[in-house]
Amino acid sequence: MEPKVWRELGLKDEEYTRIETILKREPSPTELAMFSVEWSEHCGYPRSRKWLKLFPQTGKYETLVGEDAGGFVYDGLAIIFKMESHNHPSQVEPKQGAATGVGGIIRDIFTSGARPIALFDSLRFGRLNTPLNKYIFNGVIDGIQFYGNCVGVPTVGGEIYFDDAYAGNCLVNVMCLGVAPREKIARAYAKGPGNPIIYAGSKTGRDGIGGCSILASTVFEAAEIEKRPTVQVGDPFTEKCLIEATLESLATGVVVGVKDMGAAGLTCSSSEMAAAGGVGIDLDLDKIPLREAGMEPWEIMMSESQERMLLCVEKGKEDKVLKIFHKWGLDAVIVGEVIKDKKMLIKSKGKVICDAPTEELAKAPIYDMKFTKSEIRSSKFEVKGKNPNEKLLNLLSDPNIASKKWVYEQYDHMVQTNTAVLPGGDAAVLRVRGKNWGIAATTDCNGRYCQQDPYIGAQIAVAEAARNLVVTGAEPAAVTDCLNFGNPEKPDRFFQFKSCVEGIVDACKFFELPVVSGNVSFYNESPQGPILPTPTIGMVGIIKDIERRCTAPFKDNGDLIVLLGGNKEAEMPELDLDVELRVQKTCLEAIRAGIVRSAHDLSEGGLAVALAECAILSGKGAVMNISSNPPLNAGDHYLLFAETQSRIIMTISPDKIFSLSDVAMLYEVPCAIIGKVGGRSLVIMKNKKRLVNLPVNRLQKVYFSALPGLLKGK
Amino acid sequence: MRFGVIVFPGSNCDRDCFNVVKDVLKRPVEYVWHQETKLDHLDCVILPGGFSYGDYLRCGAVARFSPVMAAVKNFAGRGGKVLGICNGFQILTEAGLLPGALIRNRALHFICRHVTIRAENVKTAFTRKMKKGQLLNIPIAHGEGNYTCDQATLNELKRYKQIAFTYYGENPNGSTAKIAGVFNKKRNVLGMMPHPERAAEGILGSENGLNIFKSLIS
Repeated sequence: MEPKVWRELGLKDEEYTRIETILKREPSPTELAMFSVEWSEHCGYPRSRKWLKLFPQTGKYETLVGEDAGGFVYDGLAIIFKMESHNHPSQVEPKQGAATGVGGIIRDIFTSGARPIALFDSLRFGRLNTPLNKYIFNGVIDGIQFYGNCVGVPTVGGEIYFDDAYAGNCLVNVMCLGVAPREKIARAYAKGPGNPIIYAGSKTGRDGIGGCSILASTVFEAAEIEKRPTVQVGDPFTEKCLIEATLESLATGVVVGVKDMGAAGLTCSSSEMAAAGGVGIDLDLDKIPLREAGMEPWEIMMSESQERMLLCVEKGKEDKVLKIFHKWGLDAVIVGEVIKDKKMLIKSKGKVICDAPTEELAKAPIYDMKFTKSEIRSSKFEVKGKNPNEKLLNLLSDPNIASKKWVYEQYDHMVQTNTAVLPGGDAAVLRVRGKNWGIAATTDCNGRYCQQDPYIGAQIAVAEAARNLVVTGAEPAAVTDCLNFGNPEKPDRFFQFKSCVEGIVDACKFFELPVVSGNVSFYNESPQGPILPTPTIGMVGIIKDIERRCTAPFKDNGDLIVLLGGNKEAEMPELDLDVELRVQKTCLEAIRAGIVRSAHDLSEGGLAVALAECAILSGKGAVMNISSNPPLNAGDHYLLFAETQSRIIMTISPDKIFSLSDVAMLYEVPCAIIGKVGGRSLVIMKNKKRLVNLPVNRLQKVYFSALPGLLKGK
Repeated sequence: MRFGVIVFPGSNCDRDCFNVVKDVLKRPVEYVWHQETKLDHLDCVILPGGFSYGDYLRCGAVARFSPVMAAVKNFAGRGGKVLGICNGFQILTEAGLLPGALIRNRALHFICRHVTIRAENVKTAFTRKMKKGQLLNIPIAHGEGNYTCDQATLNELKRYKQIAFTYYGENPNGSTAKIAGVFNKKRNVLGMMPHPERAAEGILGSENGLNIFKSLIS
């Protein structure tokens, strides 16, 4: 075989040699194609797996880890979630790339037997100052609303950041969350020789061939448009029917295992189901429903056509399952059966075209990647503007801080009627029907911090996600992640990856949070360079009593505004995990005790922006005197805008101040009354000097009109 | 009073409607598959929101040919109560059970938010628990909710008091005469773009939508 053949499929020379050693012969074209996708970074994680093993997998609650999605068990319910990237497809074809990203992660959730109840999108784009960046931004939002709204899973949260580093390579990370009774959780394996294998869902076409090996596992060169045929096209209607049909099938009790066909399509689902069950699968490609005639066997095995599933069903009971899929208007056919020999035996037109061992196929090699410490870049902390008023208005109109209402109003965030806190706050809160507890969930990552210090930046992503949950009254329970980095073969990029993983590992261990699922996306580079290291954290927590959920807007005039945590004068992001945990415990305990009226996390833009947001969202003003805010010697600039971690602002009714300070003292957390809710303006004073004095309606106008304004301009 | 919630492939508010009737109203309710042809045992049929058959064509244009729709027409003809919400409203206009059409929102994109609507005719089975002019906080979530009809139809809607609800304050989607919901002439069929089932429990931020369900069972 010519080296060109395997190199074009993304295989290295030594990997080809290894395939020959495994098979003891030259691979067939289908086998070669199958190995190339299974061993690609996107499916097999050969470059990252060594590091991913470091993540803690146990926490306060029973965890479910190891298959497509993971989760934890609370009060008899399995809460299943996972985040996944669809970056390169979205850069090449924004609408369909983002849409199929949504579809793919939803399938990972419902194949576990859980009904998907919420979606979150963590998005990164180039700044909205070029037509291309606007096109990509609009296309991605359109794709998410197109798919999510139709499929009937509410998009309740997420985040959006703009930075030049993402201009040539946007990030689309989608998290889906689902719930199911613990005992109803389905497995992604095939078992029991003789059991039939059923193919269900859309027909197989030529779309998405090599999506994971060619598109996802290489860096972008200039002519990326040529890669468009590797992007799949989404059909949310079929997916909706597939959700119902799959959950109905699982309820019959005759399904042994089920897996969706995502990256690497039929290859991945069949070989991984076989490997997970310690069996083999005999597959007849002539039975696969095809969208077009004349497809080659390797194309059928590589296709990433969307909305397809593979099920292993108890022999003799297959009609039950077929009938359900047919009722929903979906194709469902028996395409093979489980065999005892641990191999993938695939036939086409009577000929065997693949006879490869499942375990080797499903287990990509592990590589030790070189890494070199990159220089930690410090960036001067600056905010544009002549005075604090101007600076605050500039920050509020910065698209990284300004309201994302224009975006989330295009998403159906209420369908399924569980959304107990609407988007626009710190975290989404969902009720669980029939329970008095609720679920809070969020995504978080600041790539700028990770660029400056990957280890600390990743820890901050974990800490801030936890803080976002805590301010709603939730106790963080488990984590998923989506690790977006540049080319792992470049040692400085790999250092960022390795350091971020270490940061997440250490922070999660400290907070006793398990990492139950995740995804790695490498090669996020364009000719302009790599993206900012972006280890997106998805975190899920439990609100014990959902009636005590807390939100950010100020509530009543006369309420006292309290700052938990202290200020620091620092150019670099800093984090003390112990301080962070004590601040969070104080906040959570106070909310649970019912003494907190509102709570909001301090993040981008520091204290002034956080206060402005509470005012904007409530329409109420406030008067602050921050002279008592420790340390006293910090400059005005730092007092107002420093992004010091581990801080929360809360409001309480005046008679609760002693109850709150008792809790703060218990955890040794600085707790200062800094102001009072009331009036129509946001006034921030320092020693009788008015640093900030702005009417709330002006703040609102700036905050809500910034993003639509940027999109209107040329 | 027995309710049926029709399930088209692609309906996605069917479970929400079902839950409100069962858990909040505590009335008997069942799902009705789109291939059913018998509705005689029901008193009220709900056509829920969603994207019936994907709505890749004009919204509701495929669903109107569903076997169940012939039954819905007969059911309505006999005086049975029919409530179409969002996609259900679109299907009812496509099926000719309600006048007018729902076209793309003025802003050309999907809008999901709480809006205020005003009850215009409270002497019907769907609205009798309300006061005339009562304001209700109920969310919308649609891309094609811009109610459109010609002047003659509008005159007729007014003459026969067929306008059920209008948007109060801002007109979110560009609807003619700010119309958010309409009745048929006999006023036993109601179509509305806002989702009352999403405003039927305090935890969701509003219980105003319950007024419609409570009117139906009173």
